[in-house]
Amino acid sequence: MSEKVLMKGNEALAEAAIQAGCRHYFGYPITPQTEVAAYMAKRMPKIGGTFLQAESEIADINMVYGVASTGYRVMTSSSSPGISLKSEGLSYMAGADLPALVVNVQRGGPGLGGIQPSQSDYFQATKGGGHGDYHMIVLAPSSVQEMADLTIKGFDLADKYRMTSMILADGTIGQMMEPVSITAPEKKEYDKSWTVTGTKMQRKHNIINSLFLDPDELERSNFARYEKYAKIEAEEAMAENYLMDDAEICVVAFGIAARVAKNAITEARRQGIKVGLVRPITLWPFPVNDLKAAAEKCHTFLSVELSMGQMIYDIRMATDCRRPVELCNRAGGIIPSPEEVYAKIIDIAKKGGNL
Amino acid sequence: MIIFDKPKALTDVPLHYCPGCTHGIVHRLVAEAIDELGIEGKTIGVAPVGCSVMAYNYFNCDMVEAAHGRAPAVATGLKRADPENHIVFSYQGDGDLASIGTAETVHAAARNENITVIFINNAIYGMTGGQMAPTSLPGQVTQTSPYGRDVKACGYPIKVCEMLAALDGPEYLERVAVNNVAHVRAAKKAIKKAFQNQIDGKGFSLVEVISSCPTNWGMTPQKALQWVEDKMIPYYPLGVYKDRSAKEAEV
Repeated sequence: MSEKVLMKGNEALAEAAIQAGCRHYFGYPITPQTEVAAYMAKRMPKIGGTFLQAESEIADINMVYGVASTGYRVMTSSSSPGISLKSEGLSYMAGADLPALVVNVQRGGPGLGGIQPSQSDYFQATKGGGHGDYHMIVLAPSSVQEMADLTIKGFDLADKYRMTSMILADGTIGQMMEPVSITAPEKKEYDKSWTVTGTKMQRKHNIINSLFLDPDELERSNFARYEKYAKIEAEEAMAENYLMDDAEICVVAFGIAARVAKNAITEARRQGIKVGLVRPITLWPFPVNDLKAAAEKCHTFLSVELSMGQMIYDIRMATDCRRPVELCNRAGGIIPSPEEVYAKIIDIAKKGGNL
Repeated sequence: MIIFDKPKALTDVPLHYCPGCTHGIVHRLVAEAIDELGIEGKTIGVAPVGCSVMAYNYFNCDMVEAAHGRAPAVATGLKRADPENHIVFSYQGDGDLASIGTAETVHAAARNENITVIFINNAIYGMTGGQMAPTSLPGQVTQTSPYGRDVKACGYPIKVCEMLAALDGPEYLERVAVNNVAHVRAAKKAIKKAFQNQIDGKGFSLVEVISSCPTNWGMTPQKALQWVEDKMIPYYPLGVYKDRSAKEAEV
């Protein structure tokens, strides 16, 4: 499917997963990601794959755990409340170093919240979510094309590092339609010597496990995992820098918020305000170097979020609190308008700031 | 001439189970079934959370440790990954299978998932030191039912085979015990059948094994086996609760 076609973000993501070689999908119905499951239910039986609607998100993530233990590509998708239920499994998968792709098409919370777009699961996604010390690779698409591209990238990173990748989308990116072209990626080889597919009486048994009763052993496993995380932080962070060359104000936004921010920035530029955007594409690892570079030339940062302000803490950390970081946010499923973001940029420009 | 040997499907490490615990017997029966069916090389076992959490160290086949209660879901994933080439079993206790994992158990059975489930019912949480289980008997004294299980406050024990037999899904459900030689022989036959069913593609096969826990019951091993006979088996009658293929053959 390399020609451009018009697709919903959720469907593009599902097709990209299939192109990436995923033949096992487990899920449980929840708005606003249902198109992913519906697409998989139609496609998987036709290509010899597995689509299974589980009895709960707790069960589906454990089915993912089972397939991931065998080394086959596997995924699940959900929306915010469902991700909370999967979080037990995500912690176990981190502890057992299992690769998989998990999709969160976020909706407003907390609790049952609403079904409109949100980014309020940022903390949950980037800081762990479940118990224990762990991370997931978190990818934040900002277009339907990126829903496809980052899904393929997510599977590759999961296999490369033996860990879970999460697509952190929102209801808007999931539901909207845009032209997209999806190409099957080149097949890469990964080490699968650790998987459980039967010993075939050829080797010692493999064990997939996250239990280490000996504290020394458990500590060693944590340190080893964090060495891997340090390598990922050094090598895999991705961001788009938009009009940042001469920027004095740096807007930071991801997903749908970044698209709104770009509209506001275009208008502000027309008014002669030197403002640019750093758009994190990976939320973990956070693109610290892009923000550090921005802090050299921008006097103020503006975090635009569909939450009460979560990424703003990572911006402050990445810039060592050297510059003020302001917030332009809406919550509960409401997307800030370009006018709201523009007004905030004008405010900041009027106040000015020092380097 | 060797007349008695350790099954090949068991590793050569000492078990951590308490003296008089019947996990060792059931491990052996599972391993003998795997040996006799010649399936060790394609078998993947799923260990639970509970006393048998470290079962992954004791079986020579590939093993996966699951979160508490989730073994049937993990087993579903392992089986669906490669249904032709994977023989998958879970080994679970009563807290794991009949309390925290009830939903996973019921739905794997309802789907007639082609897996084998070995269910150890000893009416107590052993690993955490003897708390009331979903299968603890009315009046049974445990750490969390110090005055005896009060059915008014805590409800009644869950009879897993009877409950699952109400579903159209499962292929085979049998309750056995391992408190005497005759019962051990019957248990062996049931466990082997539960694996054979999977090989034959028949579907969800669960064997409930009434077991003893002398440590947390506060009994000698001999008294515990007697308690199985006198108290457990009357409440949990042994026998076949479902055998679809056999029933269809009769018709």
